Amino acid sequence: MKDIAAWALNVAEQQGASYADARLADDRSRALATKNGKIGGASDSESQGIGVRVIANGAWGFAASDDLSRQAVEATAARAVDIAKASARVKQHDVQLAPEKAVTAEWTTPFQIDPFTTSVEQNLDLLLKIDSELRSVAGVTLAETNMNFRREESWFVSSEGANIHQAKYTTGAGYAAHAFAGSEIQKRSYPNSYGGQWQNKGYELIHELKLVENARRVGEEAVALLKAERCPEGVFDIILDGSQLGLQIHESVGHPIELDRVLGMEANFAGTSFLTLDKLRTLRYGSELVNIVADARQEHGPGLGTFAFDEEGVPAQCTPIITNGLFTGYLSSRETAHAIGANRSGGTLRAEGWNRLPIIRMTNVSILPGEKPLTREQLIASTDHGIYMETNRSWSIDDKRYNFQFGCELGWEIKGGKRVRMLKNPSYSGITTEFWNSMDAICSRDEWVLWGVPHCGKGQPQQVMGTGHGAAPARFRNIKVGSAYSGN
Amino acid sequence: MLDKNHAADIFQRIRKHSTADEVEALFFGTNSALTRFANNTIHQNVAEENYAVSVRTVFGGRTARATTNKLDNESLKRVVQASENLAKVQQPDPDLLPLPEADKSVRPTRPSRYFEQTAAINPQQRAEVVGKIVSAARKRGLTTAGIFSTSESVEGIFNSRGVAEWHAQTSSEVSITMLAADSSGWQKANSPNVANLDPATLAEVAAEKAQQSAAPREIPAGKYTVILEPAAVLDIVGFMFYDFGGMAILDQRSFLNERVGKKLFGDNIDIWDDVGHPLQSGAPFDGEGVGRQRVQLVDKGVVKRLVYARGTAEKMKHSEYKDKVGPIEPTGHGFPLPNEMGEAPMNIVFGNTREPRTIEQMMASTERGVLVTRLWYIREVDPYEKILTGMTRDGTFYVEDGKICGGVRNFRFNESLLHMLSNVEEMGLPVRASGEESFDMVAPAMKVREFNFTEVTKF
Repeated sequence: MKDIAAWALNVAEQQGASYADARLADDRSRALATKNGKIGGASDSESQGIGVRVIANGAWGFAASDDLSRQAVEATAARAVDIAKASARVKQHDVQLAPEKAVTAEWTTPFQIDPFTTSVEQNLDLLLKIDSELRSVAGVTLAETNMNFRREESWFVSSEGANIHQAKYTTGAGYAAHAFAGSEIQKRSYPNSYGGQWQNKGYELIHELKLVENARRVGEEAVALLKAERCPEGVFDIILDGSQLGLQIHESVGHPIELDRVLGMEANFAGTSFLTLDKLRTLRYGSELVNIVADARQEHGPGLGTFAFDEEGVPAQCTPIITNGLFTGYLSSRETAHAIGANRSGGTLRAEGWNRLPIIRMTNVSILPGEKPLTREQLIASTDHGIYMETNRSWSIDDKRYNFQFGCELGWEIKGGKRVRMLKNPSYSGITTEFWNSMDAICSRDEWVLWGVPHCGKGQPQQVMGTGHGAAPARFRNIKVGSAYSGN
Repeated sequence: MLDKNHAADIFQRIRKHSTADEVEALFFGTNSALTRFANNTIHQNVAEENYAVSVRTVFGGRTARATTNKLDNESLKRVVQASENLAKVQQPDPDLLPLPEADKSVRPTRPSRYFEQTAAINPQQRAEVVGKIVSAARKRGLTTAGIFSTSESVEGIFNSRGVAEWHAQTSSEVSITMLAADSSGWQKANSPNVANLDPATLAEVAAEKAQQSAAPREIPAGKYTVILEPAAVLDIVGFMFYDFGGMAILDQRSFLNERVGKKLFGDNIDIWDDVGHPLQSGAPFDGEGVGRQRVQLVDKGVVKRLVYARGTAEKMKHSEYKDKVGPIEPTGHGFPLPNEMGEAPMNIVFGNTREPRTIEQMMASTERGVLVTRLWYIREVDPYEKILTGMTRDGTFYVEDGKICGGVRNFRFNESLLHMLSNVEEMGLPVRASGEESFDMVAPAMKVREFNFTEVTKF
């Protein structure tokens, strides 16, 4: 593979590139799904190719090909340089990369069981068993399950001498029960909505999730929601479960700290950010209890944003994003680091595959757990009147990441520290910094889970990326609840 | 570019490697390029060439799929084995139909959607167009961001019962955001034929919107008459069409459960799915190679029909819902099998407006309202009442006494599509429109009363 990459680098430099890197990738995935007792999907996929990124005449070019013959690879590199030279016709200044020591390295996701060595028959049996449990509950009208594996093996080489070989494994699984009756459809998912829980792990994740054990409860909750009262509209204290808080972090912290958004590079599609450069180390983002990091290192956990090196050869790092409530850091790349006065990239450039240009992406953007021991049940017990919300159902935020609205699958009204009634269609909304400043409690390490968001979209052409978000249940005071149904 | 003859040869090799009762090969690929600009600079500029084959094997009611982008013999052998290995371990599904046979009926001749001029666009030409957009921005003291992309792509399907379908087409797209100090404007267009794009006019309109919406003021949330430009219409209504598949009813996940045949929208709403429409795009066959039919989904506000893959139609005919869903027959809208979704109409065309109005005419008849250029981050709040939430973006204006009275801060909406499409007062002529939240369609601008804005953001 290194030889193939060398063909690309040689041609790029011959054609006038001042910098070049090449990324070869061999991507393999498996997707299994069931629906109402039958196989809903069974597919394997593999994709190989090379992406060549160059700077020529001070501007970027990128070309990718599935053809790894010498002739095609060299033509792809020449195409990248030709594109870069065209880019240079419309530029304000030359691209400058923050320095980075070129390294030779190997890394593989630590795992116990290679998911691709497991029996497909047993995988499907497990999903069908879950399906059967879900549909054993009267009133469940649709049961869906899924199990997904991915292995991304990549070789990164650069004209600066980097030579990095990484193999990343991802496993994910989950299910949902739907119940339709009268004039409504309700749904419960486990362990999370939109595909369940995903981590950079092997098949051992499937064993850890206790999928079958929770299926009947999930089915029963879906049906019970049909008869539950609708979540009231008003201002309430709310407690969010960890998976919902993970998505809240993703949308209202993870995206606005992307430096490419801040600098206007995503203005046409994903949008910009309210976190203009003047806010670094001056903005009170959240309460004193809010500590958020962007941590791609293995020691943070097996998140979908865990790796050894990003896709321009920068080692994984931990960047403090919010420190005791103060905004302290962005996600950056070698091209953008200078904008915040940094002499080095934060190591967050990632690509969906060999055929996509790496762009700034979240790694594992996680809120740190509370230091004092606090369980979810203790947090509920310490709440006089509020609403507990669990598992995301809808999410939306404006293109500068101020105003958000989230809906959850299930709510519970809390009175006097106790859950007193189930609520359907809970939702809440607010303004990002006001929301984070209202956080007055977060559970401790035992409740903290590193959740995976497997389908984050960004870029043109759009790229889908997995991100990690460690979170524990937390409480927020005086939040607007229920406007999603207001007026309808 | 991969062509039909080469694909046919690959399929013959796949058949030789397969031990399955039946085999199908789906081909897809692209040679594409996209020039991206921001801050008046081309900052990303990419190209890709990639072709893949996806093999589905069938063993007596058991089926699975495997995909590779390596087309050499060893890779083809491996992908066939992968598909067979996944299929063989399953329990047979008595509902799985045999593969379809070749459709021998005469299909209407349609103009090609492949344009040499589009395929031949090079990086220098894209840079030249972007340079003109940047010049338009600079002339007005604005900053611009956007894309100009061109591609040629193929899609084909062969099976062991004789299906051999192939579609090649080109695409081109321009999207432009113009940014001022506290406002922005946006325009987007696409077409198989690059000659149909007019980036200069799009840039001017986007710039005009950015400048007209400067210093946006906050007006309270509430129910307003809104004028939705076509891109805003398609982005919000696009969320309901996945419910127009028969499988969505069988799964009881559709907002059309118990509602087919009922009047859900206003008299002025007619909706078709029509891949052959001159402003539409895409292949004339579905994921099994069945020809896409023209289907009227909504007639004067009444939901008349659903679309069906072959297997879904067969299931529906024997289901408890068979008498409640209108005509049941395969319509050529299935996704590649196996899948959980079944089918959906993806070539939406709104019926011709009886008394079309321009945006200016819609504003002229508006005492107090909001003109919306674009909607953003739309998500479903309630699946049965079809309540959607989202934001306005890049050009939101207050209209008073028939005229634009400056920009306003962007709103969050929570609006039911049942409500919205029952409250359409005026419409424009349907045009090919492109947004970011839903697939492209032929949709009109709409003037809608009592559109439900629930919150206002900070800009």
